[in-house]
Amino acid sequence: MCLAIPGKVVDTFEQRGLRMAKVQFGGIVRETCLEYVPETKIGEYVLVHVGFAISRVDEAEAERTYQALMDLDQLTELESPVVEEMEPGGDRR
Amino acid sequence: MKYLDEYRDGNVASKIVDEMRRVQTRPWVLMEVCGGQTHSIVKNGIDHLLPEGVELVHGPGCPVCVTPLEMIDKAHAIARGHDVIFCSFGDMLRVPGSDGDLFTIKSQGGDVRIVYSPLDCLKIARASPGKQVVFFAIGFETTAPANAMLAWRAREEQVNNLSLLVSHVLVPPALEAILQSPENRVQGFLGPGHVCAVMGYSEYDPISARFNVPIVVTGFEPLDILHGTLMTIQQLEEGRSTVENQYSRVLDRVGNLPAQTLIKKVFEVGDRKWRGIGNIPMSGYRLRGEFARHDAEKLFNVASIATLEPEICISGEILRGIKKPHDCPAFGTLCSPQHPLGATMVSAEGACAAYYAYGRHLKPQGADTLHQISQGAVAHVAGGSISVNRERA
Repeated sequence: MCLAIPGKVVDTFEQRGLRMAKVQFGGIVRETCLEYVPETKIGEYVLVHVGFAISRVDEAEAERTYQALMDLDQLTELESPVVEEMEPGGDRR
Repeated sequence: MKYLDEYRDGNVASKIVDEMRRVQTRPWVLMEVCGGQTHSIVKNGIDHLLPEGVELVHGPGCPVCVTPLEMIDKAHAIARGHDVIFCSFGDMLRVPGSDGDLFTIKSQGGDVRIVYSPLDCLKIARASPGKQVVFFAIGFETTAPANAMLAWRAREEQVNNLSLLVSHVLVPPALEAILQSPENRVQGFLGPGHVCAVMGYSEYDPISARFNVPIVVTGFEPLDILHGTLMTIQQLEEGRSTVENQYSRVLDRVGNLPAQTLIKKVFEVGDRKWRGIGNIPMSGYRLRGEFARHDAEKLFNVASIATLEPEICISGEILRGIKKPHDCPAFGTLCSPQHPLGATMVSAEGACAAYYAYGRHLKPQGADTLHQISQGAVAHVAGGSISVNRERA
């Protein structure tokens, strides 16, 4: 879990004052915090670790790194459950 | 995968290895620091591609592995509590404590949840005002920006039912501990790429200078590792010891400044226990006093939990590069990924688990195996990155 995964920024938005993005990793899109690379624009590639972009990379590097992580079976964190925003008391689990 | 083809060149790996043979005049022991690098080395058999006398030993850079058993037991004690929602990265759920793992606790009715991002805990805490939501904040510097943001937002938004059980570790003090050991064998390091993407690498300069060791910040792809190994050997052969960056296409000397700023606001450096190694002075982050309200170790009564690790396990020596998994009498017999006895077997990024996963517990690495692994590595390397090597070769 010490490796960051590259993905493509497909949307940016603000959530409770935090700069956020939707980032695409292969067929999976995950919410990602952009506070640490705030200058990132839609269409650019970022290295994402546990939901936070930590640096920007170019497309070629992103594709190579993604493939290398897939070979190492290091993409499973992307399959973690999605937690939606809920009203207080709305968590019925 | 349009970019793979232009970088496909099976000769590059052998060219790098040839260059190692050309410059190498004596044996060298190098340590790769990052668990991702260890995994890549073992999976691709990179250690068996290297010239005779160039040895890679496996470092402590697997955060799941080095989280101390005692902290796992504290996490389990908290997770068993009523009205607690215990949140963790998925990797930590199957790490056994003294009595079962987080999956066991979940199956017994505990509310244990896997989160992708620490920020997920804020959503869960806001939705569950009657519960205490506790996040198991483990990791190296790569994970610190995410965990720092959780603590920061919890305080800013006054989400007072949210706390962090912090067990954060730092790479530079671990390297110093390895180098200070009288048994140390390590003469050069492949530094951890993604850790340095956050922190930069200037903090490694004093270590390199004080101990006369080259430190080459290196990526985790097969060609990165071969190239970083070559750069380290070149320094050693030339009698140099500086910090160099093999992974310049991803990181620079400075690192991510906004991330470093928030880390400093939230965390302070303190002593930290490492599983298999023990206490290393000033080797981890803990929450600053301003965040006491969100510090699970202070909120829950777990201070008295102290756990001893199994005596037979040699993971401490493996994490410091003194021994290899095969040197352990329990490796592959008493100790396996299903029943790990210690740090280096608990996660896929640990040296013992990587050796086990790729069949190295089954038979010695004879000539045939070596040949197969080498062929596999060259085939894999062919699909890897050579951009840096082209620039520098």
